[in-house]
Amino acid sequence: MSGQSNRLPSGGLIDRTRVISFTFDGRTYSGHPGDTLASALIASGIHLVGRSFKYHRPRGIYSSGSEEPSALVTLGEGGRTEPNIPATMVEIFDGLVARSQNRWPSLSFDLMAVNSLLKPFFPAGFYYKTFMWPRSFWYRLYEPAIRRAAGLGTVAELPDPDSYEHAHAHCDVLIVGAGPAGLMAAQAAARAGARVVLADERAVAGGHLAGESIEIDGRQCADWAQDLYAELSELENVRLLPRTSVFGRYDGLTFGAIERVSDHIGADTPNLPRQRRWTIQAKQLICAAGAIERPLVFEGNDRPGVMLARAARNYLNQYGALPGRNVVVAANNDDAYLTARDFVDAGADVTVIDGRPQEIVTGSALLADGVDVRFEQCIAQARGKMHVSSVRLASVDGTGESEIGLPCDLVCVSGGWNPTIHLLSHCGGRPRWNERIASFTMGKLENDVQAVGGAAGTFDLQKSLHEGVAAGVSAAKACGAKPSRTVTAPSVDKLPSYGVQALWRALDSVSKSGAAFVDFQNDVTVADLEVAEREGFGHSEHAKRYTTLGMATDQGKLANVNAIGILSELLGTPIAETGTTTYRPLYTPAALGTLAGQRQGHEFRATRHSAMHAWHEKNGAVFTDAGLWLRPYYYPREGEDFAAAVKREVLNVRSAVGMVDVSTLGKIELKGPDAGTFLDRLYINSFSKMKVGRARYGVMLREDGMVFDDGTVTRLAEDHYFVTVTTANASPVMQHMEFCHQVHWPELDVQFCSVSEAWAAMAVAGPKARDTLERIVQGIDLSNEAFPLQSVANAKIGDAFVRVFRISFSGELAYELYTPANCGLGVWEAIMEAGAQDGISAYGTEAMTVMRTEKGHVAGPELDGRTTADDLSLGRMMSERKDYIGRWLAARSGLVGEGRIQLVGIKPVNVGDRFRMGAHLVNAPGAIGPDVSHGHVTTSVYSPACDHFIGLALLKNGRNRIGERIFVASPLHQEIVEVEVTHPVFVDERGERMRG
Amino acid sequence: MQIPCPWCGLRPLDEFAYGGDATKKRPTGKRQADTSAWVDYVYIHDNPAGRHREYWQHVGGCRSWIVITRDTTNHAISKAELAPPDSRGGRR
Ligand SMILES: [Zn+2]
Repeated sequence: MSGQSNRLPSGGLIDRTRVISFTFDGRTYSGHPGDTLASALIASGIHLVGRSFKYHRPRGIYSSGSEEPSALVTLGEGGRTEPNIPATMVEIFDGLVARSQNRWPSLSFDLMAVNSLLKPFFPAGFYYKTFMWPRSFWYRLYEPAIRRAAGLGTVAELPDPDSYEHAHAHCDVLIVGAGPAGLMAAQAAARAGARVVLADERAVAGGHLAGESIEIDGRQCADWAQDLYAELSELENVRLLPRTSVFGRYDGLTFGAIERVSDHIGADTPNLPRQRRWTIQAKQLICAAGAIERPLVFEGNDRPGVMLARAARNYLNQYGALPGRNVVVAANNDDAYLTARDFVDAGADVTVIDGRPQEIVTGSALLADGVDVRFEQCIAQARGKMHVSSVRLASVDGTGESEIGLPCDLVCVSGGWNPTIHLLSHCGGRPRWNERIASFTMGKLENDVQAVGGAAGTFDLQKSLHEGVAAGVSAAKACGAKPSRTVTAPSVDKLPSYGVQALWRALDSVSKSGAAFVDFQNDVTVADLEVAEREGFGHSEHAKRYTTLGMATDQGKLANVNAIGILSELLGTPIAETGTTTYRPLYTPAALGTLAGQRQGHEFRATRHSAMHAWHEKNGAVFTDAGLWLRPYYYPREGEDFAAAVKREVLNVRSAVGMVDVSTLGKIELKGPDAGTFLDRLYINSFSKMKVGRARYGVMLREDGMVFDDGTVTRLAEDHYFVTVTTANASPVMQHMEFCHQVHWPELDVQFCSVSEAWAAMAVAGPKARDTLERIVQGIDLSNEAFPLQSVANAKIGDAFVRVFRISFSGELAYELYTPANCGLGVWEAIMEAGAQDGISAYGTEAMTVMRTEKGHVAGPELDGRTTADDLSLGRMMSERKDYIGRWLAARSGLVGEGRIQLVGIKPVNVGDRFRMGAHLVNAPGAIGPDVSHGHVTTSVYSPACDHFIGLALLKNGRNRIGERIFVASPLHQEIVEVEVTHPVFVDERGERMRG
Repeated sequence: MQIPCPWCGLRPLDEFAYGGDATKKRPTGKRQADTSAWVDYVYIHDNPAGRHREYWQHVGGCRSWIVITRDTTNHAISKAELAPPDSRGGRR
């Protein structure tokens, strides 16, 4: 195990009494509770943690937060492997396994670093330009090579063994960020009585205070923050969400967030999800998300050992980890002087390089005499191979001699601060350039949104605390709370003012802009921006796409504003005209498993089973999906394949009796004196005059005249109807009926209700159907005279109530039986038993399809939303004597007359041929193209009755083309089959069987 | 996003189904014979940037069809009412 050579003996929020061991690239290291992977590595003297995306340059730990662009690692093993996790956000635990990325064969010796030497060949727009080269080169040579060489981590290909969950929270005030302003806002809003959610992406509250050496109310600021957080945790109206990244804001103050529930504990947490996705509904948002420090742009600014200034003192103060002893602090603002002071206090040698003139600098007052501070200077170049070893200085205006070699082992940089305004602009707000802080802030915010502290561009701790109190009070008031106890902000030591002066890049003429990185994660340099500008892609939105700046996992959190500043200099336009970036969710990357939550595998969506499902399973059904339903597709017996089973099922119905589960049909009951009138207006045919106890096929149209749905309408009593609708349309038809009743005809006295789940339903069909049912159906005479086709009556099977309908989809003598769902299985089994001597067997949806095709009955494939009733030969049902939905547009030109596609049957000229659904109908075997199709095959099945394939098709002017020979073409499959156009009914054309 | 149902109060978007333009009136009476009136009703719908009236149904709740006035540029809902009868009027 490697020792913690850079760990200070005391200080920080870590527990030195406990030691945690973990591995990085196979080597074991140690740290303490409270450490992140990054802080533990720094304490162990490790800076080199990754290789860059394109050039494989060595990269170190650059930040201490979620904005980290470089220190991305792969965690875990096997199915738990997760790439591209910032080491700065990983809390260590015993047994943690982390690996560096994008290196081969090893991190310190990476052969792909040769890319770095080829840099002149990888300029901005490289990928686009390469497309211009011979195509075959791209596919065979360049793309595979680039794919191997470029990239981040590699995803696991095994299933993820962890569990995830979704949760919802409602609150008055959502506060994002538990830094100084957020904590004060939470305290103020909570004490006023508002329901508060306080979310923060880090494990430790306090924001940057966790890593500062500042006094608040006479105490160390980290302790002050911990105490306040502990106080908030006691309040019933406050929900604290640590380790929770609010990744997106959506309309109406709905937020998405991800809580890392057990990532910091490790895999051994069987009762906890790994992560939890929150949907948070708030009435007020207080954005206290802080700000992100900007890098400085100079040659070699990506070398390990170069780090953001506040991150460096964060490691020092929060973790007692010393990232360097010979320190150069380079900055353009006064905040960085806190870093210089803290490193001096820790015993380091510090030199400050300040780009500003001495007269506006206030931070230097923090430093003891004798600390070397150089004004109006900047770093022109950082040198060193695997780690920074010296810096070369230059004057900020690019004039004068540059100084050679200032040795150092840590370079702390601060180019100013960018307010974290992402959440504020997710819903369309545009950031504005704010000259005072040399960065973007939001303009006017919505009424229910406030920004405080760094997120509002306030870089003064005392002022941030006051803003937090004010925002908390006003948000609580807006939610109706009445503040009784007042909260006041504590007082803070006097700190230097911010005093930033923009410094976008080193202008030294000797340095190479090709090694001055703007976007570390995408390896975008100043030279790339120069190319983009030269080639006309200088606007920030263009440059982003041309260079890939601001993409990938960090989404340009460090890069975007620097890029806009540099582009503005290159273009010679003010920043306000150079553009800004649009922030979109997600703020930080999310694991797909977390977004899916529990909805994985079988739980991806609900599964619906009919009441007879257990029987189907027991009898070997193969199931098929019908929406959410699982329906028996066919019931193979020993040695049978699909075709054999379906053929047997069909023949059994045609010769004896079979039963099919039709419970999935949508079922709606209607009652009221106007129920008949209501149905007359919905369907093309009439039901108000239908006799009680009768059932009839019905068709409804959409308002545009196309067929919407079909089914059976039954009159159970004078004012009581029962309708069935297709499985797929069960809910759309119900919505349509409700719309028609509530909006079009509220004057109709009718009530209706979906009863789809209340009834189990089965069809018993075949010449012996009556014999079977007569044995067990009590209470009705099933003889043809007493109970002819289209009859309906109530009866009993055993103790179960059944509604018996004499209707037929298969074309055979058939009955549909509806029974309360809880009786479904019993009734089904009773019929099976009663029909045993008749040779009854169950049949599935495929046999049903075969038989309805043999009978020319239309179903889903024909009712495809583009067919009219007349296209489907149902035109004669369209009543002339009443108004109904779709009547008027069904009659418009284009939907009637010549040229419509019409329902026909087709059969192969050579009986052995088969054709497929979706294939096109053409006049000649060679006809291919967009204009030659005369229609298409909607249904194709093998017909046992005909002993060859048959199909239903929609053919232009089809009804006049019976007997013609045409071709079915499927160019994708290189199939051409000659077929004869037939009448769509293949079996029992006169319908004698179903009437028998 | 949430939608205020006149019966159920503020409810999440997922409980609602969109139902289209509510500024159109279904042709009745003499206009029924006029195909262009139907074409206008079914097909000619504005897509304004700003306030729009549209049908929604509270499918995961009381099943009411409602009309909301929504600003399409920021989704702010300024009004929500039960869908008024669009044709013959009559009692509700
Ligand atoms: Zn409702």
